[in-house]
Amino acid sequence: MSWKNPSSKRIAALKVTLFTAALVPLAKLGHAAYTDSLGANPIEKITHLTGYWALTFLLITLSATPLRLLTGWSWWLRLRRMLGLFAFFYALLHVLTYLVLDQFFDWPAIAEDVFKRPYITVGFSVFLILLALAATSTNAMVRRLGGKRWQALHRWVYVAACGGVAHFIWLVKKDLTRPLTFAAILGLLLIVRLSRLLHSDK
Amino acid sequence: MMPIKPSEITPKAVFEARRDFMRGAGGALLAALWPGWLSAGEKWPDVKASAYKLDEELTPYKSVTEYNNFYEFGTSKDDPAARAASLNIRPWTVAVEGEVRKPKVFDIAELLKLAPQEERIYRLRCVEAWSMVVPWLGYSLAELLKRVEPTGNAKYVEFVSLHDTAQMPGQKYPVLDWPYREGLRIDEAMHPLTLLTFGLYGELLPKQNGAPIRVVVPWKYGFKSAKSIVKIRLVEKPPLTSWMKAGPSEYGFYANVNPDVDHPRWSQAKERRLGEFLKRKTLPFNGYAEQVAGLYSGMDLRENF
Repeated sequence: MSWKNPSSKRIAALKVTLFTAALVPLAKLGHAAYTDSLGANPIEKITHLTGYWALTFLLITLSATPLRLLTGWSWWLRLRRMLGLFAFFYALLHVLTYLVLDQFFDWPAIAEDVFKRPYITVGFSVFLILLALAATSTNAMVRRLGGKRWQALHRWVYVAACGGVAHFIWLVKKDLTRPLTFAAILGLLLIVRLSRLLHSDK
Repeated sequence: MMPIKPSEITPKAVFEARRDFMRGAGGALLAALWPGWLSAGEKWPDVKASAYKLDEELTPYKSVTEYNNFYEFGTSKDDPAARAASLNIRPWTVAVEGEVRKPKVFDIAELLKLAPQEERIYRLRCVEAWSMVVPWLGYSLAELLKRVEPTGNAKYVEFVSLHDTAQMPGQKYPVLDWPYREGLRIDEAMHPLTLLTFGLYGELLPKQNGAPIRVVVPWKYGFKSAKSIVKIRLVEKPPLTSWMKAGPSEYGFYANVNPDVDHPRWSQAKERRLGEFLKRKTLPFNGYAEQVAGLYSGMDLRENF
């Protein structure tokens, strides 16, 4: 059996492993909360960690195509939906942390944030995009929308990723090391695609 | 092995009383000779009662000393507590100079004894919208400034923090334009609330909190309170502070706590007191309006943010 054409059993095993691994950040967060080791400002820490993992999974999701191009293995794409849903899952936790723990349903303050503060406007928009993509992620939705329309909708993932990175850059007070690392990785992932596009045009 | 006879065992109460006595006597003796000998964990002797108290719950010592913004040691909140051990706080001197009749380089031991140490319980409000209540130890900055006799040209006071990449690893990165600089107008600096600070929770200031000497200006955002100060300059023009250089549209010279003036990227209307779940409303001048609002009469605090 080769890595180029793994059996469906092997893919299933890979998916289970990936699913478990993707829950590790949540488990670690839960453990830290349980043992009261989230530091002096736990809400801030939970917000940062869930946001970090949402963005990380978004970038991992976007690396499926570059990995296929670089390795020639097409099964990377079979993991993509699950990875994308984990990006949405952590983004959902991030938004819930903000709405419930941070603002505690203070709707006027939330509305002011969403409309007045660019990084929250962007972050909120990114969440709406991810919500639409997650909601249309089933096979039934692909059939209902039709392949072309479905694909056009799901191209919005690039907007979401750029928005997510911008959201991170914008909120940091001074030290941009981490958000710029995300930006660099995203840039790299986009360049791989772009060079492929330019190549196929010729 | 010989069994220990019960009569040979010092009762716990006697043992502890003896320890207390030795600690007290030793501490008092050392403090009299050289207050700088106090080390973290030892209680400060002879603390003067202060009128500046709050009827609010103190933020736990652990939070005060493990959740810090001190970019000289890194930009994460837990970096300073983890990395500040490399800071050398003895020997330490503070040069007080500029528009003064008697410029002087003060040794830290001299500064510790310059005026009686008071415990003052102040609110601390960070520009990031979290807050603490901290029992500081120190005396009014005015006590020091009076001794160098500011001239009529002394309109502002500039604070310069230590710049030494060997001791402050965060300074290897140009996060801010090192050394850290902060400033106050002379009347703000001379205000009795402005505290020259040497300790907290009855102990010597931990390194991550700005040892051995910092200022605390309770009605301003936390970044106005310069840490690990090596130089205090009295000057004629408003000094350009590190945060003003880093983001002139986001950090003004005054930085008075003001719930009505938002930071461009976040609201200042509310704050989270560390340890509390619900946010509370931020008070104008952090609750010190009665004492300090007069300093700014006639000024537009939206413009002079």
